[in-house]
Amino acid sequence: MDEVIRVKGLTKQFGELAVLRGIDCAIAASEVVCVIGPSGSGKSTFLRCLNGLEEASGGTVHVRGVSVHDQHTDVDALRSEIGMVFQRFNLFPHKTVLDNIALAPMTVRGLARDAAHERARQLLQKVGLSDKIDAYPNQLSGGQQQRVAIARALAMQPQIMLFDEPTSALDPEMVGEVLGVMQTLAEEGMTMVVVTHEMGFARQVADRVLFLDEGLVVEEGSPADLFDRPREERTRRFLSNVL
Amino acid sequence: MEAILWFGWFRADIIVEYAMLFWHGLQMTVTVTVICIVQGTALGLAIGLARLAEARHAPARQLCQYALRWPSTIYVSFFRGTPLFVQILLIHFAVLPLFINPSDGLLVSGELARNLKQNYGAFLSGVLALTLNAGAYISEIFRAGIQSIDRGQIEASRSLGLSFSRTMYHVVLPQAFRRMLPPLGNNAIALLKDSSLISAIGLAELAYAARTVAGAYSRYWEPYLTISLMYWLMTLGLAYGIKKLEARYGRGDTR
Repeated sequence: MDEVIRVKGLTKQFGELAVLRGIDCAIAASEVVCVIGPSGSGKSTFLRCLNGLEEASGGTVHVRGVSVHDQHTDVDALRSEIGMVFQRFNLFPHKTVLDNIALAPMTVRGLARDAAHERARQLLQKVGLSDKIDAYPNQLSGGQQQRVAIARALAMQPQIMLFDEPTSALDPEMVGEVLGVMQTLAEEGMTMVVVTHEMGFARQVADRVLFLDEGLVVEEGSPADLFDRPREERTRRFLSNVL
Repeated sequence: MEAILWFGWFRADIIVEYAMLFWHGLQMTVTVTVICIVQGTALGLAIGLARLAEARHAPARQLCQYALRWPSTIYVSFFRGTPLFVQILLIHFAVLPLFINPSDGLLVSGELARNLKQNYGAFLSGVLALTLNAGAYISEIFRAGIQSIDRGQIEASRSLGLSFSRTMYHVVLPQAFRRMLPPLGNNAIALLKDSSLISAIGLAELAYAARTVAGAYSRYWEPYLTISLMYWLMTLGLAYGIKKLEARYGRGDTR
């Protein structure tokens, strides 16, 4: 298997608080990994360490052989290969949907305006929002905004997509449309790391599930194993609370 | 009847006689204000960014602290913590002669310095003092504006691979600018009015013109009421312009 992400002994300290206490994991190309766990378990921090949005306190993260937290790494070049989708969408409110998507391809990749707009149009079609091309983010529903955010990340043609609780800020009836887009991506072979509370999605789409608690990977395995035959008592307790 | 009474009390002929003086004063006031708004905004942006400068790794981390954050913080504190009037006097009578001095100016000396000081001394000092003062206030507007932008905006931009400066240029500043327009407008209005203080060092702007006329006739209502009206009209115009700008840059704003 072609390994794209390799995490070794990753720790993260916020002052006195140890959020990550030594995480090891490897993620292969085209793999879909869901990260679950109680709030405060360090899931989001772990994800944010993968593209260097959060600085590691110790340990290493390698993405396609490049050390993320090495101070000589060109972190901008690295991030342009790693798409990220946030809980709160974080669309640029002063730009139209089209400009939100075209901004990074034009500025970072140097794509011509026409080419960037064409790519944006294709991606909007993919996420089912072709009619919203000239809208501003505040004119869209949460689910629509999150689909635009996914299109925006995809416009950089990333090798890896990170999702940080992408449906947690959505009204229940909008969760499905976002998960649908993510499932399509997974089926197309995108490498994905998804922090989520959607156990149904994890079970159905993930190749592997990591259960984090108190800054450690307590248990990992295929969705069938982890959800149906959890080995650890801690995992069983968590699952009985959320399922 | 009323009109005659009015003009009997208000000697409009004085204003007419000195119309050119007021006109030149007005031009000088506008010139100084415009120059100081432009320079003060540029300086304010630079100082505001310097106050926010942070880096993760040595030696850039220390550089940001000692070479950028500390000096800019002291600068802002000084210029906001002392009277503009005193700053003008200090710069005109103490600082400027250091740099432009016929005998031993650090920047210019000799005959050129003599001419420069005589003809443009008050202008240079006034513009410098007002710019430095405005820069301090405007830097706080920039700093607050930039800090008011949600961290998620910066993270989204950086996660797409945009560098810090591109993130500032494309994502943070356009949003911050919109929020900064009202306080920037207030600042421009304050600057216009504060420019009258430069008359104290002999710059022939509006307030100076009024003082000249008042001195010549020992009449005070006419010249000071006249320039008050002129200042008022200009501030009204500025306020209107700011409002137009706000409307124009309000696109996509959450209402």
